[in-house]
Amino acid sequence: MDASEVAEAIRILETDLPRDIEERLRVCLSGEEGNSREALKVIIENIGYARQRRLPMCQDTGTLVFFVKCAGSQDRVLDTIREGISLATREVPLRPNTVNPFTRENEGRNLGRNNPIVHFVEEGCEGGKVTMQIMAKGAGSENVSRSFMLEPDRGVGGIKECVIETVADAGGKPCPPIIVGLGVGGSLEWAAYLAKKALLRPLDRRTEDPTAAQLEDELLPEINSLGIGPMGMGGRATALGVRVEWAHCHTASLPVSVSVQCWALRRVSAVWDSSGFRILR
Amino acid sequence: MGFERLQDLEVKVLGSYRLRTVLEEADVRQLRVGDVAYLSGAVFTMRDMAHLRALELLRRGEKLPFELKGGVIYHCGPLIKGDVVVSAGPTTSMRMERSEPDLIGFTGLRGIIGKGGMGNGTREALKKHGAVYLEYPGGAGALAARSAKRILGVYWKDLGEPEAVWVIEVADFGPCFVTMDSNGETLRKKGKA
Ligand code: SF4
Repeated sequence: MDASEVAEAIRILETDLPRDIEERLRVCLSGEEGNSREALKVIIENIGYARQRRLPMCQDTGTLVFFVKCAGSQDRVLDTIREGISLATREVPLRPNTVNPFTRENEGRNLGRNNPIVHFVEEGCEGGKVTMQIMAKGAGSENVSRSFMLEPDRGVGGIKECVIETVADAGGKPCPPIIVGLGVGGSLEWAAYLAKKALLRPLDRRTEDPTAAQLEDELLPEINSLGIGPMGMGGRATALGVRVEWAHCHTASLPVSVSVQCWALRRVSAVWDSSGFRILR
Repeated sequence: MGFERLQDLEVKVLGSYRLRTVLEEADVRQLRVGDVAYLSGAVFTMRDMAHLRALELLRRGEKLPFELKGGVIYHCGPLIKGDVVVSAGPTTSMRMERSEPDLIGFTGLRGIIGKGGMGNGTREALKKHGAVYLEYPGGAGALAARSAKRILGVYWKDLGEPEAVWVIEVADFGPCFVTMDSNGETLRKKGKA
């Protein structure tokens, strides 16, 4: 595993939108009219143009979030990721997005204190193999995401209200059509982690867990009845999909986190094993 | 000529216009919510930090190092490599809502391009001073950069690359949808984004 391979995964991440998302956007087109439809057409054209020219589809190349499975040294993987980000920043290129939160100073490296954001996932690690899922999360959609600590008597209805309120308040800001990641249970940070992790699951496969699947099925039409539409200019396509992950939680708590994701859901999987490095789509 | 009505665009909208900077108040006042514009000339990228610095100077009675009168600002933090604009779509305009009304008042800018809509303060300022807010489809950064012909200059680079003011010459940059006009009309009712 070396830095140039990490940089290559980042280049694909930024320039080549996953097909399941592009497919959903195309399906939405027929339901839109007027300027909303024109905006959606530009968005779809941009996806093909960026892929063909190998250009970052959006100038906000995001905050990179890594979900890593590895049985060996985490320090080595972290070092390689940091080097890979430096390389990708120069070569893809990435916009230098990372700043000191207090001074707003930008060192131009996309690296800093406790950054990049790397989650080491414990389940399913195999010796001699590293699996890495990478997301590029833009600020437009991250900024309107929210966490709630509900009281348990709010129940499933309360969870849904959190989602609808978050999406309605976000309006056109997160570049709709959006994808909603919903994390339920666990703890404050665990719900937020699950909400983001849920976004890694493709939209073209049905969710296996029946509780999650039911919430997803019920929430999508409710969100789309808000009428926010492409870029918030009105229409049916407010969301392309909802993805739910959940965990058991404390008997007195009901943590809920809503991760709003713009149409530019940039995710990629990279694997290093005995046969070398490859990208999985 | 700064203003030209296009007759036969396939886009089904109220009206399609070709704009060229510097813009005149009378031209901008003709634009209506629902119109589509294609812009040529210079745009100044300005986002959070550039707004703050500009207002700090203007409130002290100082001049900006660049002229915004009749100009168009672009809520955008472009991705630049060397002297090439690689990707340059709009950023969320609402973050600039607290600064925008004053910036419009101080500078006499005529156009703002962004995404996601703006608030009541900006709506009032557009009406009072004769300016317009337009939106380019968010995230379509690679396509937007295709309209960028060259970089004419850069100011305040110490703010970091995304926050600096890049003066970019664009050609037929669009479609830019008018979502707030100089009559106080907005696409999104309820006075919010
Ligand atoms: S919300 Fe997403 S698509 Fe929109 S500008 Fe930000 S990163 Fe790009």
